[in-house]
Amino acid sequence: MDDIISAQNLTKTFGNFTAVNNVSFNVKKGEIFAFLGPNGAGKTTTIKMLTTLLKPTAGTIRLNGIDTIAHPEKARKSFGIVFQDPSLDDELTAMENMEFHAVLYKVPGREIKGRIEKFLNFVELWDRKNDLVKTFSGGMKRRLEIARGLLHQPEILFLDEPTQGLDPQTRNKIWEYLQNLNKETQITVFFTTHYMEEAEQIAHRIAIMDHGKIIETGTAAKLMEQTQTKSLEKAFLKLTGTAIRDEEASGVDKLRGHAMRWRGR
Amino acid sequence: MSAIYILWKRELIRYFRSRARLVGSLGQPLLFLVALGFGLGPVFQKAGQGNYFQFLGPGVVCMGILFTGVFAGIQVIWDRQFGFLKETLVAPISRFEIMFGKTLGGATVAFIQGFFVLILTMIVGFRVQNVLMIPLALVAMFLIALFFTALGISIASILEDMQGFQLIMNFVVQPVFFLSGALFPLTGVVSFLSVIAYFNPLAYGVDAVRGSLTGVTHFGLMTDFTVLAIICIIVLAIGSYLFSKVEA
Repeated sequence: MDDIISAQNLTKTFGNFTAVNNVSFNVKKGEIFAFLGPNGAGKTTTIKMLTTLLKPTAGTIRLNGIDTIAHPEKARKSFGIVFQDPSLDDELTAMENMEFHAVLYKVPGREIKGRIEKFLNFVELWDRKNDLVKTFSGGMKRRLEIARGLLHQPEILFLDEPTQGLDPQTRNKIWEYLQNLNKETQITVFFTTHYMEEAEQIAHRIAIMDHGKIIETGTAAKLMEQTQTKSLEKAFLKLTGTAIRDEEASGVDKLRGHAMRWRGR
Repeated sequence: MSAIYILWKRELIRYFRSRARLVGSLGQPLLFLVALGFGLGPVFQKAGQGNYFQFLGPGVVCMGILFTGVFAGIQVIWDRQFGFLKETLVAPISRFEIMFGKTLGGATVAFIQGFFVLILTMIVGFRVQNVLMIPLALVAMFLIALFFTALGISIASILEDMQGFQLIMNFVVQPVFFLSGALFPLTGVVSFLSVIAYFNPLAYGVDAVRGSLTGVTHFGLMTDFTVLAIICIIVLAIGSYLFSKVEA
């Protein structure tokens, strides 16, 4: 069993809209896998399904051999996730956020302290362990979320646009952490990004998604060769076109819009 | 079990950390005590009902619990907007554990708040009739806290965002408070008011606390506690169901 992530015929529809349309792919253990696509391609929906936050309309997912639809709670122990938007408690300290996670993931009590120290050191935040998260910069929060995602020593780490909005220094650092970790522990890394050069340099393999379907999979070199381009960015544009995609507002955004209009603002 | 404990602990850390909120939320009960207690006290006395503080005190204690409890529950919406809810939803624990941990945490916070208000009422002039009955009053206070926190979480599970919050405050929380008999005796009121009170959970809560602390009850302590226990179980069940449907 080499494939640590296996998605077969994955489909998700919201009403009449098909966000993900019969998608299948596999990721091997220890791979760094980039999941690319324009806005609204269905990347986040796919990640949500992979991480048990959304039930697929059809299809199957196996993580680490576990059927995530039949056994979501069991599957959750084998992955860590860094969401697109921050998911820390701002009113708690870095340490408290880490402890909270450790207990939820049933990290053995005597190991909690040591592991927190290890991973906070890993992302260079140990000195700030007792500071409230609300005093952290965007980059520090992201690093803390990575440390937290690793705390229960998952087999797979999902990252949804982990470097979005961060300066080049922080982005560079984050990939350095993740590459080192991947080498040391063979952790599988599954990430999405809009920075093509990141995917080109870091990912072992890349999947490009558009309009709810995976249109290409392969190494950066293979994708460039196939499209006869010199960079992944060019290859990406050739495959997905240059038209701008306006992402459909989420349900919450729509409701907010309605409320504003009602109040005549 | 440990998951429930850490969820509970989080609520307490957050409560004690924001001193401003802690002190601020004593403001409203204090205002009610001072304005109504001193303001309507003489009228109450003249009507032959005795000391109004003795009547109003337990009502204001329950008000503190009601508002803090509903608010603690409704904070789930904030957790969703600030993303923290996802962290708990994706953890290897059941939805029931999350809901239960949060409810216990919020209820504990509301209970402590109620306890502070109780001390406040004593400073202003409320006197406990029988000290031995205090534990019973505390049980009633905790049941009220549990009920309204679970109610808050149930509401938060349905609402998309804080837009509906004002609606809930004006059409659920405030009426529940004002029509509960916290401020005026239910004996002898217009019949529609007393009918409403029969269906008002807080009416039983206020009556239980008042009965325990002052010995005066409307429904009788036995009825109060039975009703409180039953509605707590019902709302916990509803809350668990609604929360299990929440999507990140």
